[in-house]
Amino acid sequence: MLSEKDPNHWRSAVKYSPFYNKIKEHDYVNEWHRWQEYTTATVLEDTTIEYFAIRNSASIFDITPMSKYRIKGPDALEFMNRLLPRDMTKIRVGRVAYTVWCDDEGMVIDDGTVFRIAEDEYLLCAQERQMEILRRNAVGFDISYSEVTDEIAAISFQGPVTCKILKNMGFKDVETMKMFDVRFFDFPGGEIMISRSGYTGDLGYEIWTKNDQAEPLWDAIYEGGKDYAIRPIGGDALEIARVEAGLIAAHVDFSPANETVRAGHAKSPYELGLGWLVKLDKGVAFNGRRALKKEKENGSRYRFVKLDVEGNKPAHNAYLFDKENGKNIGHVSSAAWAPSAKTNVGLGFVDMPYGEVGDEIWAEIYYQKELKWIKRWAKCTVVKDPAWSPPRKTLTPPEDF
Amino acid sequence: MKKYDVIVIGAGHNGLTNAAFLAKAGLDVLVVEKNDYIGGATVSRNLHEDWKYSNCSYLASLFRPEIYRHLNLAKHGLQVVTYNGGFTLTDSGDYLGSYSDHEVMRREIRRHSPVDVDAYDRYYHQMAKWCRFIRPMLLRTPPDPTSFKFRDLDELKFLGKKFFDLGQKDLYDFMKFFTVSVGDFLDEFFESDLIKAHKAGSAVVGTNLGPRSPGTAYVLLHHYMGDVDGAVGAWGFPRGGMGAVSGALAGAFQEYGGEIRTNAGVDQIIVKRGKVTGVRLENGEEIFSDRVVSNLDAKKTFLGLMDPKDAGEKVVKAAERYKSRGSSGKLNIALNGVPEFTALPKGSELIKGDFHIVDNMETYERGYDEWKDGKWSTNPYLDLLIPTLTDPTMAPPGKHYMTCFVQYCPAKVEGKDWNDDLLKQFGDNVINSIAKYSPNFKDLIEHVEIRSGQVIDNEIGLTEGNIFQGELSLNQLMFNRPFHGCAQYRGPVNGLYLSGSTTHPGGGVMGAPGANSAREILMDMNLSTTVPEDEGDD
Repeated sequence: MLSEKDPNHWRSAVKYSPFYNKIKEHDYVNEWHRWQEYTTATVLEDTTIEYFAIRNSASIFDITPMSKYRIKGPDALEFMNRLLPRDMTKIRVGRVAYTVWCDDEGMVIDDGTVFRIAEDEYLLCAQERQMEILRRNAVGFDISYSEVTDEIAAISFQGPVTCKILKNMGFKDVETMKMFDVRFFDFPGGEIMISRSGYTGDLGYEIWTKNDQAEPLWDAIYEGGKDYAIRPIGGDALEIARVEAGLIAAHVDFSPANETVRAGHAKSPYELGLGWLVKLDKGVAFNGRRALKKEKENGSRYRFVKLDVEGNKPAHNAYLFDKENGKNIGHVSSAAWAPSAKTNVGLGFVDMPYGEVGDEIWAEIYYQKELKWIKRWAKCTVVKDPAWSPPRKTLTPPEDF
Repeated sequence: MKKYDVIVIGAGHNGLTNAAFLAKAGLDVLVVEKNDYIGGATVSRNLHEDWKYSNCSYLASLFRPEIYRHLNLAKHGLQVVTYNGGFTLTDSGDYLGSYSDHEVMRREIRRHSPVDVDAYDRYYHQMAKWCRFIRPMLLRTPPDPTSFKFRDLDELKFLGKKFFDLGQKDLYDFMKFFTVSVGDFLDEFFESDLIKAHKAGSAVVGTNLGPRSPGTAYVLLHHYMGDVDGAVGAWGFPRGGMGAVSGALAGAFQEYGGEIRTNAGVDQIIVKRGKVTGVRLENGEEIFSDRVVSNLDAKKTFLGLMDPKDAGEKVVKAAERYKSRGSSGKLNIALNGVPEFTALPKGSELIKGDFHIVDNMETYERGYDEWKDGKWSTNPYLDLLIPTLTDPTMAPPGKHYMTCFVQYCPAKVEGKDWNDDLLKQFGDNVINSIAKYSPNFKDLIEHVEIRSGQVIDNEIGLTEGNIFQGELSLNQLMFNRPFHGCAQYRGPVNGLYLSGSTTHPGGGVMGAPGANSAREILMDMNLSTTVPEDEGDD
């Protein structure tokens, strides 16, 4: 990895994750893209094969490029409780919380996970950069905060046999970890952190190490998983899994509020279907509370919908209508054919009051066959649950297969 | 006796833009120009062997793409080639590079100031917000807020809606933005003095204010809101120098049947019974038209080309008070090769962009203090570019042209007129400033053209050499540009119009004032307009 301290820093525009060399060994197609400052695999061999590693065996996805921050100090809890709409007093040491955070207008800046690793210490893991948010919000709190993106190498280890492999690797009692637990385990070179979390809606873990432990960890996983069809994956496979699991993505399903320059283009937690994260009555004037309280009272502009789309053509970028050729009421922000659920999944937004669970709405789908564009109207049903949410996602202890 | 539909005084880029849109509407238009070349401050001149200098303006970014397209300027030879790179050299022997790629820029900022990396993102989005607010107003005539005409009310409504769309917080921030200094504005984002200095340059360029003077934050935006092919904030070189812009405009104008007369300086705008009837040239010749457009600034137009009795007391007084002070100078340098800058890594592409040598805010302010005393800055802010690293047409192969914009430089030196000796001293100070960072710079110099504001004023008629035809301070913007009563491109007598940067939206090679003025003239003549509307970005 070429650091900006390196005199030759100016010759390279990208960073290489500590897992890069290991991933590269499995790369057949040389399809990479940039994720923040890092280069990251789009596809390594075949998207469908990689996707099925998530659902059938064990997949490794490099999440080192995620923005990571350490927040520490006597006021750490108070600070997090002020920054985040969730009630952070409920998140004990050893637990992870999925959350969003908002600006003063109640618009979502980003979503991410917060790891409570000590009474007075958190790790914040986000899609977008948050240093400026931390810096501005830290005023008056007795905390320290620092970006550790480049200091922590991390992989997302997802799939039904991942627990079995971790057991094989000797991580004692790892099977007793519940969803959103985080624990430290011995590993050569120092403790590593394992959380039962992920972005696939399946059984899975995220493993956090120091940079120089990355390659030994990789080798240990391969050793422990040599009989389990383990496979590194690219971003395209993960994308299918996260849509199938009904999870949203920054810059795809919502535009981060602090990067949004057009009026009305940002969205609130309620509008993202994440109202359950907002604890208006937690007794803290958290960021965005006043606006969110008002929104709760007066109603939101949009509703996030999970759609079961008729037919087998993914509704990429489709407009949504109240009826066939009817009134435009919204759009699809993410779409995929769900290979495990065997449904055609759409995630999107409709104007209120449309889109209650069970409602039928219509998508105008455009797709191309041999360069010819075809339009198809597809009936969509608003569904409550994600297309894929197997019991093994939360089952503790997980089964071996 | 021939009578033109419109006479345009001054073949600067706005005058030519104005004339081209009028000619496109089928009018018989004459452009008169006092020099033997066209372009005003948008010129490429051959002053030394095979070198072409962009003598005055040296970059394009603000030029409205709608004008480019609707006057077919590509067909008439205009090519604007974008560049990237650029850097600010530090006293400590390092540099802060400019990169068009956001991630690479972040890495460079982190190298100097980790806390400022994410602040840069916030700055970037804030500026994008203000750009989006301002840009749609460029090709619009500012409303008269005191008028009850339907059109003014409609424009006010447009403005009001834009303000409302900003939302509460941004609205407050926006109002503040227009009145704060660039120093205060940058303090809201950055901690590193180097990063602030790197950004602040474009807020003082051409401005007789310091980085701590209120109002300078807007000037920053003024230089930021341009684009090249939709890349907001990007700048480009017109291939062949700035003369390519005026050349293409002249080509379009002539294709539409327009006529240009050079060596035809105007002595006076002739007014009879409150109406314009034509112009009298310096040689005594009179040319007739019911409409005269002055592309000169408000001072030169109302105090220079008009009988005060015609202009009237209010306008004369307002023109006298109109601020168009000179604060910059320029060197055009022919080089035998590419100068080496010790701080830059060998092979770095950054030298293809604009580079600067002030690395802290204090130096700007001290430089401004010297200007107030009628001196040039001992440690001036320099905006340096070597266009020939991108554009092969401006110098012989292997040779280079460097444009060197200097801030601050007084219009008069401690009250005295400029002379060759003073110009030489001024030029030497600049050259020595560059040579501190580039050991081989002096040896490469073949020829230097040194220009103070006064030289520029005498040559092309910008009062005191003010590059904006009048300062871009809030009291001289929008419906107050150049001042109340003349802000809708119409002068104090019937048939008189303004088309220069002295009108909304102000300076820069933008073409918008000329285009807006043409729209008003066509409207007064009940002709359908040839001037395009802003194409927007949504």
